Amino acid sequence: MCRRSDASIECGLARQPGTRICPLMDMPATAAESAPAIHAEALTKRYAPDAPPAVDALSFAMPRGATWGLLGGNGAGKTTTIAMLLGLIVPSAGRVACLGHDMARDRFAALARMNFSSPYIALPGRISVAENLRVYAHFYDVPQAERRITELAGQLQLTALLDRPAGELSAGQKTRVALAKALINRPELLLLDEPTASLDPDTGDWVRSWLERYQAESGCAILLASHNMAEVERLCGHVLMLKQGRVVDQGSPAELLAKYGRDDLEEVFLDIARGRQRQPEPAE
Amino acid sequence: MSAGPSRPAGARAALPERARASARRIWGLVYRHLALYRRSWPRVLELMYWPILQMVVWGFVTAYLAGLQNNVTSVAAGVLLGGVLLWEVALRSQMGFSISFLEEIWSRNLGHVFVSPLRPRELVAGLMAMSLIRVAVGVTPAVLLAWLLYAFGLFSMGPVVVAFFAALLMMGWAVALGVTSLILRYGAGAEALAWSVLFGLTPFSAVFYPVSVLPAWLQPVSLALPAAHVFEGMRAALLQGEIAWGHLAAAFALDAFWLAAMGWVFMRQFQGARVRGALLNIGE
Repeated sequence: MCRRSDASIECGLARQPGTRICPLMDMPATAAESAPAIHAEALTKRYAPDAPPAVDALSFAMPRGATWGLLGGNGAGKTTTIAMLLGLIVPSAGRVACLGHDMARDRFAALARMNFSSPYIALPGRISVAENLRVYAHFYDVPQAERRITELAGQLQLTALLDRPAGELSAGQKTRVALAKALINRPELLLLDEPTASLDPDTGDWVRSWLERYQAESGCAILLASHNMAEVERLCGHVLMLKQGRVVDQGSPAELLAKYGRDDLEEVFLDIARGRQRQPEPAE
Repeated sequence: MSAGPSRPAGARAALPERARASARRIWGLVYRHLALYRRSWPRVLELMYWPILQMVVWGFVTAYLAGLQNNVTSVAAGVLLGGVLLWEVALRSQMGFSISFLEEIWSRNLGHVFVSPLRPRELVAGLMAMSLIRVAVGVTPAVLLAWLLYAFGLFSMGPVVVAFFAALLMMGWAVALGVTSLILRYGAGAEALAWSVLFGLTPFSAVFYPVSVLPAWLQPVSLALPAAHVFEGMRAALLQGEIAWGHLAAAFALDAFWLAAMGWVFMRQFQGARVRGALLNIGE
């Protein structure tokens, strides 16, 4: 659906003559159901008119059911991108549609069908895990909320924690509660900002395994922003490498490893972040 | 585990269905705060503490003044205690709204709230509902104590007191919308206003004296506040035993004006916060 250009990928669908916007953004309801999970076109954010863009003309179309990664160093624009996808930040230019809904005009219809988790945004700590999940079940109008909470608690090993105040949990437990909140509405699109940040290797691995299984069983599309290269390599079928708000490269982890001649994504990341090229092996 | 498509993109639910879902989201916000109070008795105590303290202090002042002018005991008690109790309605209404919003900032939960399908107008409705509950919990014990300790029955003014309650409640919401707008614009640094701003309006609100006592140049300022009309109406009810319909109508008309104006300011600041990216990290 999309092809690469030098610094970004562009929507491959033909633009209508005389229009600026890709036809995916304004489509009838039935066509929108086959629209990509996320379709961003020239998405740009400047926090001040004279500041460099935090996100610069980012374009991509992420298919339904895929798991994609957003990789980049601090300040690369990952969080700003996710916030724009969620409608939390208004883009300075460009457009984004999630699940066929234009986020500028119809974001609440999209938000009901997607969800989000970030370790940097907490859940109210004084109320219990069950109460937190009930609040979000109401917000997302989840049918049979108690049954859904029980189901998620069982899957995420939270049953014994349901009556505990959320603020008294360990980091790993909080991550599982945040995941339960993010899955309360059976989202078709899940945005995860560093889902395993500050977790020990064992808990991090448990979360990754759980996400892998959930994605395979639910068919939910997942966009994952992470600094953890091994996590991205393991979970993501496609990676967007961001630097200074632009997509500087993209492809499957295997494609990127082959292209850069590296053994792991961390080295690819460093190559891109530092603008370095691997020296060819000397001929024998 | 399947991701659950609810409704095709672009398709809208019927109005009763949308109204039900909207009511459920508002209830979700109210439930979140009720759960908080259920687990935090100091918060509940704080709701009642100040109205009771105010009522007791002013009750003794009234008793003292009545002793000096022993022929006007009931009138003095009525005007002062009625003023104290009704003014607490406005104060608790404004604080109930503003502090419920601040609770979301203090718990770092605002990002989750704003990426859920909860609309800004539903957020405002939920905060108004919480404000109403806080007023009921905070002011009812003070009203009962005024009756027990000083034999002052607030409802002796007649059913019109309900209209006074409503007008002051709405004025509190209008001021709270202004305070919340400032918090959206300047961050939690503006939170001190949540406690102080309505106290600053006390001299102009004619709580304990008629508008005519104020200097001529200040009287238009006073008459632009719904509270001044409510308290003129209260004095008419207590001293002349009549309902000042003109003042009552003016109070509600001004409430409508200030609510519309502050609602507009709130939506502007909410949109501005989305442009600045402030919703993710409202803090100091």
